[in-house]
Amino acid sequence: MSLEKLRSVPLYNAGDRVRVRKAAPLGHIRTPYYIRGHAGVVERVCGAFPNPEELAQQRDGLPAQPLYRVRFRQQDVWPGYRGSVSDVIELEIFQHWIEA
Amino acid sequence: MGGLPAGKVRRSEHAYDDWELRVDAMMMLLVGVVGDAKRMTVDELRKNVEALTPEDYDKIGYYDRWVISLTQTMIQRGVITTDELAKKLVAVQKRGQTSISRPKRARSR
Amino acid sequence: MKQAGRYEPYSYFQLMEVSLRELLVEKGVVTDDAIAGAMAAMRARGPERGAAMVAHAWLDPAYKARMLADGSRAAEELGFEVPGLRLIVVENTSQAHNVIVCTLCSCYPRMLLGLPPEWYKSRPYRSRVVREPRKVLAEFGTKISPKLKIRVHDSNADMRYMVLPLRPEGTEGWSEARLATLVTRDCLIGVAVPTLPKISKTRKSK
Repeated sequence: MSLEKLRSVPLYNAGDRVRVRKAAPLGHIRTPYYIRGHAGVVERVCGAFPNPEELAQQRDGLPAQPLYRVRFRQQDVWPGYRGSVSDVIELEIFQHWIEA
Repeated sequence: MGGLPAGKVRRSEHAYDDWELRVDAMMMLLVGVVGDAKRMTVDELRKNVEALTPEDYDKIGYYDRWVISLTQTMIQRGVITTDELAKKLVAVQKRGQTSISRPKRARSR
Repeated sequence: MKQAGRYEPYSYFQLMEVSLRELLVEKGVVTDDAIAGAMAAMRARGPERGAAMVAHAWLDPAYKARMLADGSRAAEELGFEVPGLRLIVVENTSQAHNVIVCTLCSCYPRMLLGLPPEWYKSRPYRSRVVREPRKVLAEFGTKISPKLKIRVHDSNADMRYMVLPLRPEGTEGWSEARLATLVTRDCLIGVAVPTLPKISKTRKSK
């Protein structure tokens, strides 16, 4: 299998603890600022989708990037979070935004 | 804008004007969600919306942003040229009426 | 201003819409018919489609299981076409309440539920519901017990979300159609929960 194809293969599974990269490049990015740098648990693997950062620049976004739903504890994400300690926020994170 | 300070949620409802629905329909056709006229991606639409200054973004309406972004994307994609657009804008303004139906008044905000 | 035939200048953005559309039609990229067709299809979509799915799921546990496994398929099963939609249905339980947002733009299961309400696309909702969901829900008149876990779902990429609310007590024996009337758009977003109309409650207590 080519290296390109391999990049579309999910490296993580439901239940894995992952951390979102903390980065601030330019362009159209679907990883919200507020979640960058935070760690959570993979809720499910959604499949692989063309990379939106590439699609926004008139390219094909291939190889497709595995996409994960990741669950974060609200108290980890927001300093001084007021609410239940069990409250969570769930987002979709592309594999290339997960720290190796 | 997730997590940034903001005021109370105003539970505004809004019946969409015909011209807004036409912008919406053009978007769906041009990104190929429906039909076979795909010329762009929804990510380009978003990129060009994000290219608006924060002041403009807040000042103008949702479909105002979309129509600017769609038009910008069609220029970037080479589907239309700035010159064609310039001439068309003048012609339409002179005519003052659309070929499908007369648009309703823009909502006040 | 609504009188027919009276002159009314375009806003700058309306002018742009007409110009763009006419250029696209002249170039054969789209047709007026295709635009009219897409508009009609969008007008036909609405929250009642989601409400029908919810009511069906309340009465049919097997359908509910299929809906939680694949929301788009479950929509199609009831005859709703949802081109391109990847729908995830999230279930409210006695332990957890779900609420949907898109902080990046205004992603919404539009191919099923139609266009989102204005407030869903507004800066205050998108900014605040991720950080202080309980406070925002309270502003909608929805008090969530501190014992309940809140799950906020940011539709930030390719999936779209719909809440499967809890069936209210006191609806035993209700028909599917009647149950569906309890499920509002706001229930499907998660800023409200289905409640019985006040009148029937009063009748009950008598």
